[in-house]
Amino acid sequence: MSGVRLLVGTRKGAFLLTSDGKRDDWQVKGPLFAGWEIYHLNGSPADPDRLYASQSTGWHGQVVQRSDDGGKTWEPVGNEFAYDGIPGTHQWYDGTQHPWEFARIWHLEPSLSDPDTVFAGVEDAALFRSTDGGQTWHELSGLRDHPTGEQWQPGAGGLCLHTILIHPEDPQRMVVAISAAGTFRTDDGGETWRPINKGLRSHELPDEEREVGHCVHRIAMNPSRPDTLFMQKHWHVMRSDDGGESWQKVSGNLPSDFGFPISVHAHEPETVYVVPIESDSEHVPPEGKLRVYRSRTGGNEWEPLTNGLPQEHCYVNVLRDAMAVDSLDPGGVYFGTTGGQVYASSDSGDNWTAVVRDLPSVLSVEAQTLA
Amino acid sequence: MIRVVLPQHLRTLAGVDGEVQLDVDGHPTQRSVLDALEASYPALRGTIRDHATAKRRDFIRFFACGQDITLEAADDPLPEEVVSGAQPFRVVAAMAGG
Repeated sequence: MSGVRLLVGTRKGAFLLTSDGKRDDWQVKGPLFAGWEIYHLNGSPADPDRLYASQSTGWHGQVVQRSDDGGKTWEPVGNEFAYDGIPGTHQWYDGTQHPWEFARIWHLEPSLSDPDTVFAGVEDAALFRSTDGGQTWHELSGLRDHPTGEQWQPGAGGLCLHTILIHPEDPQRMVVAISAAGTFRTDDGGETWRPINKGLRSHELPDEEREVGHCVHRIAMNPSRPDTLFMQKHWHVMRSDDGGESWQKVSGNLPSDFGFPISVHAHEPETVYVVPIESDSEHVPPEGKLRVYRSRTGGNEWEPLTNGLPQEHCYVNVLRDAMAVDSLDPGGVYFGTTGGQVYASSDSGDNWTAVVRDLPSVLSVEAQTLA
Repeated sequence: MIRVVLPQHLRTLAGVDGEVQLDVDGHPTQRSVLDALEASYPALRGTIRDHATAKRRDFIRFFACGQDITLEAADDPLPEEVVSGAQPFRVVAAMAGG
């Protein structure tokens, strides 16, 4: 029987939420790695029992955990993330140059075909790859060595590589996003990279249409249409139909086009979800109402989804990696909040229920659809 | 036999409940004790000292015999009470954060 497993990373540990295909009765397991920040967990599309988790604290740094049995047991694997060569510098908040320093893994993206191959997006921004199940990690340094690298500067959360999209038909092609550098694409398996930020405008930059420097918060893709990308930028919701070569604004009638997460429905490639946030200086929902906005037209026309979500006195945020979809029919949508709630919808967003309400602040949510 | 007391998170990571006991060649120092600790418990690599530089992580301290010996040289001999096993070598997670 089909089911769903949600992989939830929080400020104080990880939680696994599981349900059968009806998605109305959930079992909660956790906290795993209690007390540690779990920025992200993710499962291998090729082997759903293979899970990876990014575990860190300010005291003890980065640990990577791996499970081979769907999260029943875990073992720490390699945690050495050495930048390739002499790392050099990037731009710091005050405009001076600052050495690249590894801080943590923000995002783990397993290969679509090999459970032992997994990519890690890290702060300070770089992309690492392991081909031995996380035991050893090697930087794909062509990204950080791009001539614009010394112009990259951190967003408020750090200079983080948070989005890794692997092209489903051509694994040599990947798109990554960095806050606040922008979006980059490789067509040769990570050897060389180029910025793909044409059409982005950021009024925080002296040149609004600069090649790099954009604070991209998240990019999502439906695997059936891999050249269509949807982006939640610092401000603006954007869309590309040519693999990122050019971007168009599709914020339309959103009450605010500032936000962090963005997801695409698993079966409807023109159905997109965002969570509008008041502004960059007020990371709370507009009017104290937690509303997911859905577009069934690929952007521009958005409808609020409110059934089951708090519509007064709600001042939580939803972080960039904290929204996910399953691939059941009807499609499930999930998100976690900084207030510790994880909300689930089993009808494409029409109705929502809180699976849990009082977890630590949620950093990430991934949804595994289980056979 | 050197006794090492680890903070809770590192005990969990190493999979141990109480003190760790280590055999260390020569006269034990901070460096040789930590080398032996990481050799016996590879999961601790990088959590006390940086992988590449072996520099102590900022929020880690080392105590012995009621003294903070964090800033003593890594190759200085540890006190006899630690060498004899009468006192443990303590790895401490500094009071910080929440």
